[in-house]
Amino acid sequence: MGEVKALVCFFKKYYHIKLNFRGVNVEKQKNQTIVDRIWNSFSSITLAVVFFTLISLTSMIGTVIEQNAEPEKNLKVIGKLFGESLAPTLYNIFERLGFMDMYHSWWFVTLLLLFAANLVICSIDRLPKIWKLVKEPINPLSEEHFKGVGIKREIVLRGKTEKVRGVVGTAIKNAGFNFSEAKEANGYQLYSQKGSYSRLGVYITHFSILVILLGAIIGIFFGFKGFLNLPEGAISSVAYYRSGIEQPLGFSIRCDNFLVDFYGGSDMPKAYKSWLTIIKDGKEVIKKTIEVNDPLTYEGITFYQSSYGMVPDAQGIFMLKAISKDGKRETINLKHNESFTIPGTSITGKIINFSPALGMDQTGRPFTYADMMNNPAIYIEFSEGGKQKYAGWLLKRYPETWALPDGHIVEFMDYWGIEYTGLQVRKDPGVWVVYLGCITISIGLFIAFFVSHRRLWVRLIEDKNGTRVTVGATANKNRQAFERKIDKIIALLSKSQGGGK
Amino acid sequence: MSSSILFGISTMAYILAMIIYIAYLAFRKSQVGITATTVTVVGFVSQTMAIILRWKEFYEIGQMGILRAAPLTNLYESLIFFVWCLILGYLIIEFKYKNRSFGAFITPVAGLALAFIDISGMSKDIQPLVPALQSNWLLAHVIMSFIGYATFAISFSTGLMYLIQTTDKRNEPSYIFWTVTTGIFIIILLAMGIDYLSFRVAIRSPEMLIKSYLFKASFFSQSSLVSALSWLVSLAFIFMLWRYGYVLKRIMSAFSISPDTLDEVTYKSIAIGFPVFTLGGLIFGAIWADQAWGVYWSWDPKETWSLITWFVYAFYLHSRLMRGWKGKKVAIVAVVGFVAVIFTYLGVNLLLSGLHAYGSIG
Repeated sequence: MGEVKALVCFFKKYYHIKLNFRGVNVEKQKNQTIVDRIWNSFSSITLAVVFFTLISLTSMIGTVIEQNAEPEKNLKVIGKLFGESLAPTLYNIFERLGFMDMYHSWWFVTLLLLFAANLVICSIDRLPKIWKLVKEPINPLSEEHFKGVGIKREIVLRGKTEKVRGVVGTAIKNAGFNFSEAKEANGYQLYSQKGSYSRLGVYITHFSILVILLGAIIGIFFGFKGFLNLPEGAISSVAYYRSGIEQPLGFSIRCDNFLVDFYGGSDMPKAYKSWLTIIKDGKEVIKKTIEVNDPLTYEGITFYQSSYGMVPDAQGIFMLKAISKDGKRETINLKHNESFTIPGTSITGKIINFSPALGMDQTGRPFTYADMMNNPAIYIEFSEGGKQKYAGWLLKRYPETWALPDGHIVEFMDYWGIEYTGLQVRKDPGVWVVYLGCITISIGLFIAFFVSHRRLWVRLIEDKNGTRVTVGATANKNRQAFERKIDKIIALLSKSQGGGK
Repeated sequence: MSSSILFGISTMAYILAMIIYIAYLAFRKSQVGITATTVTVVGFVSQTMAIILRWKEFYEIGQMGILRAAPLTNLYESLIFFVWCLILGYLIIEFKYKNRSFGAFITPVAGLALAFIDISGMSKDIQPLVPALQSNWLLAHVIMSFIGYATFAISFSTGLMYLIQTTDKRNEPSYIFWTVTTGIFIIILLAMGIDYLSFRVAIRSPEMLIKSYLFKASFFSQSSLVSALSWLVSLAFIFMLWRYGYVLKRIMSAFSISPDTLDEVTYKSIAIGFPVFTLGGLIFGAIWADQAWGVYWSWDPKETWSLITWFVYAFYLHSRLMRGWKGKKVAIVAVVGFVAVIFTYLGVNLLLSGLHAYGSIG
């Protein structure tokens, strides 16, 4: 307890200084009552609102200035907004202030931390009062308090108080309220409450924000975010930071293959796939095909499919499958300008040309329309006994181009080793803390907005004609719904007990 | 019947309903009101059918699971869904509060959203999903975000109604706020409509409209005469709205719709929208980003703007619940909040770049 008090005291002092620093009018002397007054006043909520506003307004700037971009891009943006002549000067000012990577700048992080501190202080300040309200058992209501409650109803039921007490009790119980009873001068009072814990919803929500921030901090200090461009067939035991610094992985990763799938005959990508193998101590431990939205995790490090490209000046391997007319098959791997033989025949094929994206222009002439492997094609010349037989383009995406005129088939499987897969590599031990915070914030918000603290008092007093039933009730949220519920109970009661039975 | 015909029917029905609701506001004949509701319901039913049909069409061409074939993957489809949520929300309110005068304020938002589809010339084609969007989170994230947006749109309408009803002095800040805001809103839409009419052949996408042609037919016209005239007319329009805006109050106050009810509906919409938006928009979005890109929060413009929107509504809730702000002050916050929503939803995609630039994710 001592530590908590000390902590509170520290925060109060800190808060006091902060308010002073922010130019709020506070007397210089550290008078306890003034500190208390500040502590108890609403200023912390006001301050929270000030932080909402400050964080929002500054955040906007970072959505206009592209973050971590090349200077030219933002010079253009600033030039457009404020005029070309001012752009370089303004750019320098913005850069000095950290706006080019503003969400990681010292002042923005400070703003977030101050916001967190404010949240902590607000919670410490209000929690005891609310806790008391939550824990406080409900008591019978006195005569004059009955007049002041929000929802009031009154009916007279036939029958002795004793009997009515049983009927009303059952009705309340059926409505989901466990009640207590008190004997009063001319009868009884039944009282009950539900959902008092709902007053904690706000605190669960606020606490969750702190948990999420904590998770983010854990991620910053104990995790890393890097990338790795891995050509097909290559192995790496490190990833790279944006700055180019290496980050050892503790194991090796190999890219066995990379592929872009397209929709039908279009150039709309359907899937980016990388076949990855994890190698630890010389042994292959995991093989997985990753896609966007389906990463691979090993030893806390996750590999995400994020980009791809062509390896410059790479010499790849053409992977073909030759099937002769009479069904003899052979898998063939060869390089550019190398030759192969169709099994069981003396026909040889030689790869003369390659296009990563073969298209046809209006005159029907083939040409390459993209740098990426959108529509890989090889041009093969076939000859028999030194004489050229036929030649043509074989397209990987179009099996109908694989059939040769005399019934043989040459399948173009892949041109392997010239693409690389771009992997985002991340380790973030804080992500589970963030997710925990996300779960609790959902629970907190649900409780805060949709669960209501309902209190119900029912007084039964002996009357000439039977028993007078006075209902008093309060609800801190959605009062109408509670009113309707009470009216329903009363309607049921008067139906069973009100008529001339 | 194809989905596009049904979408056409619903668009016409909503625009018709908007006119009838406004007529109802002016003439206050209950038959007119019933007609307005009927037309709205017809529009809603055909829109629901259209969405289901499009879902089916998408499923058939998309070669993927039924949950991933939800028609919520581009700007056009999302706007359609936004309108659907908004009309559903409105019909619930009309039913609950037994009052039709909300209609004249909420159906225009739906009508404007639908008009924006045509004005901006956005693509209505069904496009197959790019790899980044192939996730089961898509459905939950988008549906909940748009339920949030729709409730915020309702709070915007009721907040504005509140301001109209409670202010009439021309020197009052809240009065100036609502007349000027409404004026700017209408002028921007009109100017965009003029842009569209002038350049309709050249415009092929909303990005293109906004990046290359925005206000080129009015404020930023090559001809300085047109430009000057546009500014002049706009200022005159805002001035007229400010000068005679109180007339609206008289029309409105003829209805038995108390400012307290409006205040309550505004609060309730936000009280539903805020948790739904937090969970579906921010949290599900973060989880999805984490799975797809390995960062649950990267401060890209879409994320940052949703956080700003979230802060504005947090501001609303705190100032109302803790500081006891009531009435005009919080109504202004509700209106400002929806401006942030529009920017989060449309402005970011059309003006700024980032991960959410539909379809350009590689």
